[in-house]
Amino acid sequence: MKTLLFAAGATVATLLLAACASGPRLSEAEYRQMAIDTIKRDFQAKGQAKHERVTQDEVQQACNSYLNNPPNELMVKLTSAQLAAVKLPADGKYLGDWKEGEKIAQSGRGFTWSDKADEPAGGNCYNCHQIGPQETSFGTIGPSLLAYGKTRGNSPEIQKYTYSKIFNAKAFNLCSEMPRFGHAGALNEQQIKHLVALLLDPASPVNK
Amino acid sequence: MNIASSGLRLLSCTAALALSLSAAAQAKDPNAEFEKFRAEMEESNPAELFEIKGEELWKARRGPKNVSLAESCDLGQGMGKVEAAYVKMPRYFADADAVMDAERRIVWCMVEKQGFKFDDIAKKPFQGGNDNNAPEITNLVTYVASGSRNMKFDIPLGDPKVRDAFETGKATAAYRAGPYDFSCNTCHGVDGKRIRMQNLPNLATPEGAIKGVQGWPGYRMTGGVMLTSQWRMNDCFRQQRFPEPKYASQAVTNLLTYMSGNSNGQIYKGPGIKR
Repeated sequence: MKTLLFAAGATVATLLLAACASGPRLSEAEYRQMAIDTIKRDFQAKGQAKHERVTQDEVQQACNSYLNNPPNELMVKLTSAQLAAVKLPADGKYLGDWKEGEKIAQSGRGFTWSDKADEPAGGNCYNCHQIGPQETSFGTIGPSLLAYGKTRGNSPEIQKYTYSKIFNAKAFNLCSEMPRFGHAGALNEQQIKHLVALLLDPASPVNK
Repeated sequence: MNIASSGLRLLSCTAALALSLSAAAQAKDPNAEFEKFRAEMEESNPAELFEIKGEELWKARRGPKNVSLAESCDLGQGMGKVEAAYVKMPRYFADADAVMDAERRIVWCMVEKQGFKFDDIAKKPFQGGNDNNAPEITNLVTYVASGSRNMKFDIPLGDPKVRDAFETGKATAAYRAGPYDFSCNTCHGVDGKRIRMQNLPNLATPEGAIKGVQGWPGYRMTGGVMLTSQWRMNDCFRQQRFPEPKYASQAVTNLLTYMSGNSNGQIYKGPGIKR
């Protein structure tokens, strides 16, 4: 009986060992730390892309550490801080020229190591969003923005929200996939105003 | 097939491509049109030209130590054997005490066995649009990859060191940083998304992961250059607005272990054609 039990125990142990050998050895957090250490060691500055870019800021760290779903308290704290840092236009005006906005929305240039650092960045908008009805080559990572203004109206509140969302999407949804264009210094005040006009101006093709 | 005839074939392929792509541009679904065209193209794949050059390089005695890779480089399948080696890498190599993808392993052999200097190879490891010839290392990787044509990916994930590379690669794919907060997963973490008209494979799934590694090394029709998975990883990080991953580094191997490992059991078709 003892022998039988021992044999059964040994079989279970062998099975467990086999299962452990084929599964991950460490926790998700430990592998994440290994990934960060390896990235810091194995990446090098090139062009305008300096090495410091691989270091997380507090928003990135919260999203990375909790797989884009941080605990509520942390999320509220960081989201509020991002919102508080949104720089609204000093003149209180949000609408630029939608035609200029369309050009910015079309452009995907900027911030790669092969881009010149002193040339203005584009908005990359069509990479992820449907926007104007005439542009059929659009991405689907973000929601469609077709008829954005038509369905939301053009009130000062909507203008302010739209400006702020482009300036810093993380002020509303901490782990949004959308870049923080104003916060990152990719788009300036005037460029963001043009994009707001593209989305909200009743004359923009987006709202026709 | 000799090199002269494959060169001619390359020219005719490029001409056919120009015609076909302009037709595809007018079609409703350029992705489907391109896939159809690529399937036809692969009957006379320009990558073969690079395989032939790579085979010559593999067998030639070269470098300060004047030895061939065929007689000195073990890709995990026995000395000098290329058959089935590519679909079983990344794997752990005890002599280097590291998990290595195919390109990293061949570079290691060139340095350790043939006596080449790593910095000389890493100085310009990828073919640029203005270069007439692909680097030697690209030809070698293409030759090695051709030895796994129509074989199933079989990355040894049961090896704890390979598993570590896989899990670290998975975490690397999820790591958001840089001015745009992008990770690999921003574009390649869910099913059914596009950038502009370009379909984006979800690398976490077997169907998506195989799309990430299939066709590499590949003859890229934009620019007419031959490029490897190492280049593809490099260009992803460029678009991710990250700094540059060092050539043949562990970070790149980790990602390739994640993608290739998720492709296990699926058939690798060999060096391919890319848009």
